Amino acid sequence: MSVDLDQFKGIFFEESFENLDAMETGLLALSEGETDLETVNTIFRGAHSIKGGGAAFGFDVVSSFTHVMEELLDKMRNGEMEADFASVNILLESVDVLRELLKAFQDGLEPDDQRALALKLKLEEIRDGASGVSEIATDSQIEVEAGDTRDEEIIGWTIHFLPYENLLQTGNDPSLMLRELACLGEMSLQVHTQRIPPLAEMDPEKCYLSWDIELKAPVERDAITEIFEWVEDDCDLDIQPVVQPVERRKMERRDEERRTGEGAGLERRKEDRRAVGKDAAPAPSATIRVSTERIDEIIDMVGELVITQSMLSQLGEDLDLAKLEKLREGLEQLERNSRELQEGVMSIRMQPISFAFNRFPRMVHDVSQKLSKQIRLETSGEDTEMDKTVMEKINDPLVHLVRNSIDHGLETPNERLEAGKEEEGIVRLNAYHQGSFVIIEVSDDGSGLDRERIFTKAVERGLVKESDELSDDQVFRLLLEAGFSTAEQVSDLSGRGVGLDVVRKNIEGLGGSIDIRSELGVGTTFAIRLPLTLAVLDGQLFKVGNDTFILPLSSIVESLQMDQKCISGVASDIELYRLRDEYIPIIDLSKTFSINENPKNMENALLVVVELGERHVGLLIDELLGQQQVVIKSLETNYQRVTGISGATILGDGTVSLILDVAGLIEMSHLDQNNGGKQQKMTNNNLVLQEQ
Amino acid sequence: MEAVKERETGIADVNENQYLTFMLSGEEYGVDILTVQELRGWEDATPIPNSPSFVSGIINLRGVVVPIINLRDRFGLENRAFDATTVVIIVKLAGNDRERVLGIVVDAVSEVYSISGSDLKPPPDMDGAISIEFVKHLATIDNKMIILLDINRLINEGIFSKKETADLDVHEISVEE
Repeated sequence: MSVDLDQFKGIFFEESFENLDAMETGLLALSEGETDLETVNTIFRGAHSIKGGGAAFGFDVVSSFTHVMEELLDKMRNGEMEADFASVNILLESVDVLRELLKAFQDGLEPDDQRALALKLKLEEIRDGASGVSEIATDSQIEVEAGDTRDEEIIGWTIHFLPYENLLQTGNDPSLMLRELACLGEMSLQVHTQRIPPLAEMDPEKCYLSWDIELKAPVERDAITEIFEWVEDDCDLDIQPVVQPVERRKMERRDEERRTGEGAGLERRKEDRRAVGKDAAPAPSATIRVSTERIDEIIDMVGELVITQSMLSQLGEDLDLAKLEKLREGLEQLERNSRELQEGVMSIRMQPISFAFNRFPRMVHDVSQKLSKQIRLETSGEDTEMDKTVMEKINDPLVHLVRNSIDHGLETPNERLEAGKEEEGIVRLNAYHQGSFVIIEVSDDGSGLDRERIFTKAVERGLVKESDELSDDQVFRLLLEAGFSTAEQVSDLSGRGVGLDVVRKNIEGLGGSIDIRSELGVGTTFAIRLPLTLAVLDGQLFKVGNDTFILPLSSIVESLQMDQKCISGVASDIELYRLRDEYIPIIDLSKTFSINENPKNMENALLVVVELGERHVGLLIDELLGQQQVVIKSLETNYQRVTGISGATILGDGTVSLILDVAGLIEMSHLDQNNGGKQQKMTNNNLVLQEQ
Repeated sequence: MEAVKERETGIADVNENQYLTFMLSGEEYGVDILTVQELRGWEDATPIPNSPSFVSGIINLRGVVVPIINLRDRFGLENRAFDATTVVIIVKLAGNDRERVLGIVVDAVSEVYSISGSDLKPPPDMDGAISIEFVKHLATIDNKMIILLDINRLINEGIFSKKETADLDVHEISVEE
């Protein structure tokens, strides 16, 4: 066989990582006390595929490691062993090790197999320990039925292997199986060639050979059946043990027993295979899997677009005024077509949020052990779809929030019992759509936020003054400020004082916002609000000087003509505008963007009030233009990040226009006022708060 | 001295590289032709706020947003108004971690020369209009000196700072000379 295996390696890695994810999910289900046979089988199947692939590509560390895992899982599958806490943990660790190994192979590196070897020993220990137990368990049955059958000793196997002609077409290769058999021990085999037809009639894609194999190895029957597992339905297979001479009667009976047992096993496995296909866990990867339906829809839309286009070009050939109405109709159709097409293409990027949620069961499992807290993770709304790029960027903030909930939110089991709650704390992940936004909530049923403690701490840190009167909401928001951490001890997980402010920054960077709701003693909820997609937005066009800029429509609260009486200057540079009962800092865009350094006449100028989370700022502009949907193009691709600008877009007339980033603008205008940066931001916030 | 114009021989030597030359304030500069994607006439660019003065802005190049660099300004030459002969050379080059497309505004495009490696002279120590570090070689053709630019270096170091991805103030970038 001189097939170049390299081209399959990529697929192997991708599948293996998916298998590992599926195994992890399965193991976590097991650790929650569920010893469902199907789950064990899913895990087993995953390990088996990785082992097979690993062996085929010569990743011996991987295959020998998975082999031990597989044996252990097999014991669980056959009910010879309990899936207890310890073994599940070891298996979880094994999944990690495997992932590392595969990653190393994928990157073309020599993997560090020390950890693998150590873990393999542990696995073997459990396996052997378990086999001791299982022997005792099954002994009694055997003794009742067959007396001293146990004395007979298997020294090898004879295998009759007759593949059906279509075996090769199912993607299986007998030579690989034979090679794998040979790994078990000394093997001699006889090939039967009588089925080979004359050359003229021979189909090269069919298998005409059959084999009689003698294997001189005292291995378990399962080790052999496993090799043929994938081809059971496509061949005649007869596996007979070669045993030390024992009483014939007993051997026959035992054989029969074996066969019926195996038959049942076969049935079961077939079912399992179907089950695995059905609920193979989705896993994130660089590729997107799109349903053919969606693609068909898009192709249909393209078809319509082409029809519209040809209609329009026909119209264009001899256009007279009489056909104007028709032209208008055609253009309308074109607009509808292109919008539909755009939506269709966008929908390809939409993925269910379960991709992001999937990683949390494992994390909660690990963290709860580390902190010896009992935690149950509940997820809902996993089918909520959102843009893949947004989802990728929201992963880290989510991890942070979940950790935060576990670490700071939930109490220890003792504290919970004292508070009259269940020992087990609940962390809940929920997602749903709201308009053109996705809301993701991370909540816990822990102790809730202690308003007083946060306030005291904020005063200590100089974030607010003792005399400040803040609403609960405002106090909670202090948590999101830089340099704030209420954890009394700095822990391994969170509480280093860097944290929630970074989360807030990331989310605001995505054009989203974050909200905190909490009730003392009942729990806390962090709600993240994110735009559905980053690729297209509804924009408001406006002018500053001669340049056209765009603001995301969703961030605009209102636009108004300023009244001189409401403008008041504070300190040297900050100017506030009184809007009803709120004081809003004004950012003069022509100044921040150095378009026109002359101070603007504020009288009757236009102010666009935008919101960022809870904060409001007013942007001073020259002229409001229309609204339109714009496609966001990154400035970083060919240029670099520009503070205050989130991207560019191409307008209808072909010119480029810049999209403003409100968070960046706020940062900029504070930096402009004073070099103190963050400090200044805080005091400025206070100003607004105090004035209220 | 032996350099011959491509169109006269029609045969490219293995050691020869082709260079596109352009005029800038009376001097003839050359860039490796393999980095050149296309030539365009000048069109108005959308200015980027708070960008260095040599960044004229960004344009729409068939749906791609491409920044335009004013080379006169970058080299500290006297700015002049863009007119009909003003040309934008669109170059495509490997940046620190990706491929980048940008436009360079020059006075006019001149020739394509094939210059063999042996005709390239290292630049002398000079204190000219441009920093010596961006000059790769000098070549002489028809008794004219041609300054061959290291365009990769010019863009990646002279225009974008190495810490380009870092969130730093635009003003700080490339005032390093």
